[in-house]
Amino acid sequence: MKNSNTDIRRFMQSDPRALTFLALPAFALFIVFVVVPIISGINISFTNWNGYSQEYSYVGFDNYRKMVSDPQVWTAFKNTLIYGFGSTLVQTVLGLAFAMLLVNRFLFRGFARTIIYLPAMVAQLIIGYIWYFIVTYERGALNDIVGLFGVAKVDWMSKGTRAVLIIMMINSIAYCGKTMIIFIAGLESIPNMYSEAASIDGANTWQSFRHITLPMLLPAMTTSLVLNIIGGLKMFGLVVAMTNGGPGYASHSLSSLINNLYFANQQAGYSAAVGMFSFVFIVLVSIVLRKYLEKKEEQYNG
Amino acid sequence: MAEKKKSKLKTKWNWLKSVIAVIIAGFFFAPFYIILSLSFKTRADRTSYWLFPSEPSFESYMYALDRGDIGLAIVNTLIVTVFSVVLILFLGAIAAYPLSRHKTKINKFILSCFVGVMMVPPLSVLVPIYKELVSMGGINTFWGIILITVTYNLPMSVFMFSNFISGIPKELDEAALIDGCSQFMIFPRIILPNMGPVISSVLILTGVAIWNDYSFQLYVLQKPKLKTITLAISAFFTEGSTNMPAAAAATVISVLPLAVIYICLQKYFVKGSMDSAVK
Repeated sequence: MKNSNTDIRRFMQSDPRALTFLALPAFALFIVFVVVPIISGINISFTNWNGYSQEYSYVGFDNYRKMVSDPQVWTAFKNTLIYGFGSTLVQTVLGLAFAMLLVNRFLFRGFARTIIYLPAMVAQLIIGYIWYFIVTYERGALNDIVGLFGVAKVDWMSKGTRAVLIIMMINSIAYCGKTMIIFIAGLESIPNMYSEAASIDGANTWQSFRHITLPMLLPAMTTSLVLNIIGGLKMFGLVVAMTNGGPGYASHSLSSLINNLYFANQQAGYSAAVGMFSFVFIVLVSIVLRKYLEKKEEQYNG
Repeated sequence: MAEKKKSKLKTKWNWLKSVIAVIIAGFFFAPFYIILSLSFKTRADRTSYWLFPSEPSFESYMYALDRGDIGLAIVNTLIVTVFSVVLILFLGAIAAYPLSRHKTKINKFILSCFVGVMMVPPLSVLVPIYKELVSMGGINTFWGIILITVTYNLPMSVFMFSNFISGIPKELDEAALIDGCSQFMIFPRIILPNMGPVISSVLILTGVAIWNDYSFQLYVLQKPKLKTITLAISAFFTEGSTNMPAAAAATVISVLPLAVIYICLQKYFVKGSMDSAVK
């Protein structure tokens, strides 16, 4: 008995494996609020639960079968791809352009950096409400400008595809400041001697950008791509604020559709099934993306 | 000679860069200008949002604070944010130490679980989380929202902390062990005092994320008394309210605290963003 006590003491005092105990509180939260909900979500997705009553029954694969033929889900899926990959494209282009412009010192550089990054401090939902005053039909700030040119007012968010593209653009503009900061950090880490050597060898601006700056920015590119794609695929608050999925269901993302099915339609079972689909989809995209970009980076470094 | 000429050419174009930078900044500030301008208008004022009222009225601000309970929402948001951030810093830091120092199989497994959480879209699990919290009695409670918030923001902090700790030489730990420090005391005595910079980055990043959260709060906090900023603002826009200046004023009040902190401590915010980007 005494022996085992000293064993435990020795284990706690000097065996590094004992330190894993320090990670247990965090891991416990992970089990209770991530693993359990995912399992229970899978369970709920096989029921016709309405979200509040005590009674529900198992319906097998009905929810999943319904999902495959539900135009709402397909539209939301397509929109989610646009929100994820479209925003990332615009954010990367804008972020890189702003970073190139604002990396060297000149008058108002700091001011411009501050303002471009400012919207990143604001919740997606609130960004949506702020832009509401710009794109709204009646008295909208954008329509005031359009009016100056003698053009009739436009109901910007009334058409599905246009609404989706506008939401994507607003998301890109509001959060490209983060991408810019990541690229500025990347640009600052490139030693000057490379571009100097290139200019001595007679490389023009484009060549030195294409063959020196861009490859050296690959790590920054990797992080910003992962951040933006995963962030965009999770799009929720902005859609709720701008259109709440409308007109009809035309601008829903998967997240806002899940929310709508649950709160507005009380189809908790179906909502959980769509939730599982979006979960699996986003995790798959993240894994494939990381693997691909890691390989790309190795190619350049090796 | 050629070098000099080139740098002269560079500074020569700087005025153009300044002009472009100011135009871009103007474009990015325009949405904020619109809500500021609108928030100072009276309800009867139907002039264009672009025209700043010649006599700013504070009527909408009074309305937003009084009827919209924006003050209460700020207090609630502050409670959720402060408690969550403190827990995240503490739990994240102590978890990161073993995970980054000893790459045993179980530690690697735990770390990859945390990385996985960062990919989970909140909405995909919110229905089951809601159900779970109902059975635990955690709906409409601060501890309910705080636990969920902590869980989903912890991975980022564990990740950033363990990256940072990996950069602290292991020899420090070994020297301390030889000097008779118990292994559980190495973290508070040796590692923690060196973690200042990364703690400020994690604090800022998670603080901003939680302050701005909407999805978790929407499901967990359904009582009007408990509503946070994002929930309060959305009430202004959805409940058929036609008082747009008041909605704008509420938005300004809720954005202002973070915007002011950001402008004052900009250096740290930018650094936080950069730290999170390092893989």
